[in-house]
Formats: sequence, structure tokens, C-alpha cells
Amino acid sequence: MEKSDLKSKIELLVIGGSAGSFNVLLELIPKIKSPISFAIVIVLHRKSGSNTSISEVFNLKTTLNVFECEDKDQLVAGNIYFAPADYHLLIENDYTFSLDYSEKMNYSRPCIDITFKVAADLYGSKMAAILLSGANADGAEGFFYVNQKSGTTIVQDPFSAEIDTMPKEALKLFKPDFVANVDEIIALINSF
Amino acid sequence: MLGYNLVEDEELEILLNDVANKYGYDFTEYSKASIKRRVNRLCTLDKFTSFAELRYKVINDESYFGRFVEEITVNVTEMFRDRHFYKALREQIIPQLGVHSYIKIWLAGCSTGEEAYSLSILLHEANLAHKAIIYATDINPSVLETAKHGVYPIGSMRTYSENYINSGGIADFSSYYTANYDHVRFIDKLRERMIFATHNLVSDSSFNEFQLILCRNVLIYFDKNLQEKVFKLFDLSLESLGYLALGSKETIKFSELEGRYQQIEKEKIWRKVT
Repeated sequence: MEKSDLKSKIELLVIGGSAGSFNVLLELIPKIKSPISFAIVIVLHRKSGSNTSISEVFNLKTTLNVFECEDKDQLVAGNIYFAPADYHLLIENDYTFSLDYSEKMNYSRPCIDITFKVAADLYGSKMAAILLSGANADGAEGFFYVNQKSGTTIVQDPFSAEIDTMPKEALKLFKPDFVANVDEIIALINSF
Repeated sequence: MLGYNLVEDEELEILLNDVANKYGYDFTEYSKASIKRRVNRLCTLDKFTSFAELRYKVINDESYFGRFVEEITVNVTEMFRDRHFYKALREQIIPQLGVHSYIKIWLAGCSTGEEAYSLSILLHEANLAHKAIIYATDINPSVLETAKHGVYPIGSMRTYSENYINSGGIADFSSYYTANYDHVRFIDKLRERMIFATHNLVSDSSFNEFQLILCRNVLIYFDKNLQEKVFKLFDLSLESLGYLALGSKETIKFSELEGRYQQIEKEKIWRKVT
């Protein structure tokens, strides 16, 4: 970790991840201390059509409420929201979610870049972004955009990532506020 | 690289008002985040360097306006998308429709027609196609041309065939189309009972009464106010005991309709019960 204090109190944390991130989330989410004063939005690349819902899986692992977003759901601090499989996830000015089934971006839907960007436009310095393990370049540009909009950026240390392509793509673009392994990421989240 | 937005909220509002005044297409009640992204995406695609330039082009070049509508509305669709949904449609809804002497279905926001052909296949397999009619409508005339022809890239057929089988289809999916180089054309039989027409959910009124209305992944692009108006339009257009089918992440729960409609198990299908 490189930065001693965070820029400001955050209202939103957006986590983006792809291949190798599910296990990180399984380790990380149970260790987030409840309650939290901000909302967490997670954009995870995954296959659609699975029978078990991701919110059910994670609701068993934390006392925080975990939801899979539906169209026009209200974003409420203290909760965790997952982007549904096969939709891009956007946040409106009135803090409701909207979904978008347009073209894949970076071969991905949900696309991490899209959610990072729309969140950065809305929250600016009041958000933090975490970019985890993954095998493609999605997320890196949006992560950079969060930084340009004064948000806090945390990238998983490529050495600790199961697949380091995604963190490395981000590190090619700029130097994030934190390069952190999973334990350090957990500590950071609990310090927000 | 993700640039800063050429079009911010204020400019977007100006542009959408211009468009409504000049062309009568009202996008002002579309979900803002989504349409803002589409407009900025168009700026990148067509290399606009300022909002003024985009605005001038849209207002003064009618042929470009066609492209504008095409690009800011989302026309991505699939055959037999969401196997649970199509399974429910095949096993629970379509057989119920069979009791009517004449089956009228409205597919609102049909885009390039993949769902219309999916629906037609279900009706044929239930031996109900001869007495059914599918009204497939969209705001965008150019996608309707594709829908009428029923010609799609051959590369999509593998996914569609898997979707078809996963949702309970047992025929040979490739018997429904003829392949020609890199495209396939769905057979005429499937098209016989379809009517394609432009219809704008924002401004056009009810034009018939149906036993089933499908409108999937269209309402996600509308704000809550506009959704409510469209729900009222559907309510007006649906016979008593008719069905309304939405996309897998859409709901009537914020709507005035909720009390009068009964959800079919966990599916995004509601039945008008009063």
C-alpha cells in the first residue's frame, strides 16, 4: 500500500472482476465489516443462464444485503449489488439502476468500463474502484477514468491475481492509488 | 480510450427537445444514463468534435436522423434468449392461448425480428399457427426490413440452436431455415402469420386487443414515468386473462397494474386477472 490516507469519505465502491475474481469475492465479502456507510456495486463477468442466483450465494456469506440488480432498483447505502449477467449496468442521476442490453464491449456484457465510467461521472471523488483478476482488458480504461475524476483506485497486485492480464492492463495506463493483495484490499474496504 | 463526454446532461436535454420538435420522436423520457451513453457513443463512431456539430447535423440532415434513431435505440436481440422464459412460454402460456378461436399476439419492440421467429416456431410446434397472428412492431423502420426478410448471420445459429434445445425444443432447428453462404433465411411458413409495422410506444396508441403482449428488454431504456405510460397502453391493449411478458430483469412492481395482474410463478409473465 502506498497511500497513507484516503482522499475523502466514499459513498460508492465499484468492484470489477473477471476470470479468477469469483474466489477473491468469496474470500473478501465475508470479511467486510457490517454495517457499511456506502454502497458496493460489483460487475463480474460470468456466464448467464446459471440456475443459482449470485445474490443467493453471497447472501449466505455476509450479514449485508446482497442483491442482483433489476431495472430501476434504488441504490441504497449499506447494500451490495451485483450487475446481472448479460446486461450492462448503469446508474441514473436519481440513484436508481438502469440496465442496458446493447452490444458487448471488450467482448463483455456486463462491461466493467461502462459501470466505472457512469459511476465516476456521478460520484467523482466520492467513489472508489477496485479492479481484480481477469483475462482481458475490460475495466482498465474505466478504472483510469475513475482516477481522472478524482475517485480512489485500488488494483489487485498482479502477483496475487489468479490471472494478471486485467490488473496489468490498468497498470500500463497509470499508477493507481493502491496496488494491493486480497488482505490489503479487505483492510482498505474496512477503512472507508 | 474512454474520453470525457462530448454531450453532458444539459446538452442531451437540448438535443432531445430539438429532435422531439423537429421530427416528432420523443426520447426525453428515456433512461438518461443509457441514452447519454448511446449519444456519446455515436459521437465517437461518427467522429463529431463538438456538441454543436452533432446538433447541427441531426437537425439539418434528415437522412442522418435515420442513422441517429438507429444508433441511439438498442437493436440487439436473440432467438430463444432466456431458456426458462421460452420454456414457460412453450409449456404454460401457448397451450392456454389455444382455447381461443383466433390468437392475437403483439410483440412490441421486435427489433430485427429474432423473437418473432422464435414465437412463430413455438406456435407451429403447438399446431396453433394457422389461427394465430403476430403483430411485430418497432419504432425503427430499418430493423423491420431485416425482420421481414428473416435473414440472419449463420454464425448466430449455433447459439440459437442451443437456446432452442435448452428451452424445450425437440425438432431439428436447422429445418427452420435455409443456409446460403454466410447467412440463413428462415422459411416462409414462419412468416405467413406475421404483420410488421412501425409503432412508437411513446406516442402511438393502442391498435387492437391481444391475448399475449411481449415486450422484452425495451422498458429498461425508459424512465419510470414513461414505463408507467407504456404499462397503461399494454393494459388497454390486453384482453381480460391475457398475458404480459417482460424481460428477465424488468417488472411491473412499480406500476399501477400490479394489483390487477398475477405473476406466473417466478417468470416475468403476468396475467391480467381483473
